[in-house]
Amino acid sequence: MVIKTEPFVVNIGPVHPSTHGVFRMRTTLDGEVVVDMEPVFGYLHRGIEKLAEERTYTGCIPLTDRLDYLASMTNNFAYVLAVEKLARIPVPERAEYIRVIMAELQRIASHLIAVGAFLNDCGAFMTPIVYMIREREKILDLFEMACGQRLTYNYMRVGGVSQDVPEEFVPALSKFLKVMPGWIDEYDQLLKENEILLARAKGVGILPKELAINIAASGPVLRASGVKWDIRRADPYSIYDRFEFDIPTGSVGDCYDRYRVRVEEMRQSVRILKQALKDLPEGEVRSDVPHRLHPPVGEAYAHIEAPRGELGFYLVSDGSIAPYRFHVRAPTLINLTALRDMMVGWKVADLIIIFGSIDICMAEVDR
Amino acid sequence: MTVLSGEELAHQIEKKFPKSIIESSPECLVVDSGFLLGVAAYLKKTPRLDFDYLSAITAVDYLDYFEVIYQLTSLRRNHSLVVKTRCYRRDNPSLPSVVSLWRSADFQEREIYDLFGISFEGHPNLKRIVLWDGFQGHPLRKDYL
Repeated sequence: MVIKTEPFVVNIGPVHPSTHGVFRMRTTLDGEVVVDMEPVFGYLHRGIEKLAEERTYTGCIPLTDRLDYLASMTNNFAYVLAVEKLARIPVPERAEYIRVIMAELQRIASHLIAVGAFLNDCGAFMTPIVYMIREREKILDLFEMACGQRLTYNYMRVGGVSQDVPEEFVPALSKFLKVMPGWIDEYDQLLKENEILLARAKGVGILPKELAINIAASGPVLRASGVKWDIRRADPYSIYDRFEFDIPTGSVGDCYDRYRVRVEEMRQSVRILKQALKDLPEGEVRSDVPHRLHPPVGEAYAHIEAPRGELGFYLVSDGSIAPYRFHVRAPTLINLTALRDMMVGWKVADLIIIFGSIDICMAEVDR
Repeated sequence: MTVLSGEELAHQIEKKFPKSIIESSPECLVVDSGFLLGVAAYLKKTPRLDFDYLSAITAVDYLDYFEVIYQLTSLRRNHSLVVKTRCYRRDNPSLPSVVSLWRSADFQEREIYDLFGISFEGHPNLKRIVLWDGFQGHPLRKDYL
């Protein structure tokens, strides 16, 4: 007997535990094999770029918190850098160090969620992510000390940061830096050579180097494909040229490489944090900036290495108190360009972990 | 990262594509939209320039015209360049698509089409990306209220 078969369409999402937000994958399946996939976005579009055109430059900072809510500090950072470039505002030395400390803590916190959620997708349900949330809580405690918030910080200001860190911050951070490397070792003992993880992630969802460059992938996704490109090194902003750190890269660009790059980056962030804490100077944390800022007519693009890749802000000023144009170069949107190429030919179960390994935040994709 | 001067590059490009450059400054290069694909291919394929990475595309509505901004980077040579092009029509504005050179333009051109209403000729899948298909208007235009 001949069984008649045909490919069929299955929508995964928009509300699905493995889509990390509201995202839809319109997949065409042949049995269990993915033959086509089209990503559908927009469920979380809030029109942030339009909203920003009616706010003052300072008033836009809380909007940036709501882009990638797992890495609000780095969003603040990229935005204030763009405004400072536009209005040529200097930043005090102590504020520069505090910003780097916050950005690197944020990178660790964000990668912990990325790695934990990825392992969740792989089937290690809840155990690893609970370990990682345990560590992330310590970082959120530090953020709460500095600015009173645990998710949307609104901490950085044009020309510095909103307030100095309290006295207990530095001892608490030193304590955290002492224990964090041990925790990373603990994950490695549990997971690095884990047979199930290797079987699920090695060789799966390969993003070749040439394609990664062509689609302008950035962050861990680009580096896992073997491209040694990190904006902190390639185009140093703030005071990143003063720190020593390595740029971890992968070799083949599969899901396992992306996971490894993130774990290694956490170690490098700890390294940067130790140096920054050692050199942290005393002094002002904010330069004298008027509340109603009128940057000169012009435009500026500033980009940073956010946990998910190159986060850039393109601002155009017409001399008024609100930006004439506010554009966000969202790393996760652009990293998704090659999603179809990475998924076609794999099974549905692999599709979930390929998507998880890119580490997206829909609030930033849709804006 | 070195920022290449638009002025110096303009001379080289004008030799190959006469009258292709509308304006040039140390910060950027404004290319006539008719020459955009030719100039873009030249920037990507000339070994000395080697712009293999199109980091970001965005548009601005200046009321008299739309400006589209391309942030180009060379990963191998660690230099960057800002290329702009302009579109003077407000009804059915259209520009050539650069997806054939850099696939990173795919979603970003769709986003500009969605929010500014600029069509990109040669784009493989030009449709709205963040708003739904039946949506009226293009919100990031300055005359959209």
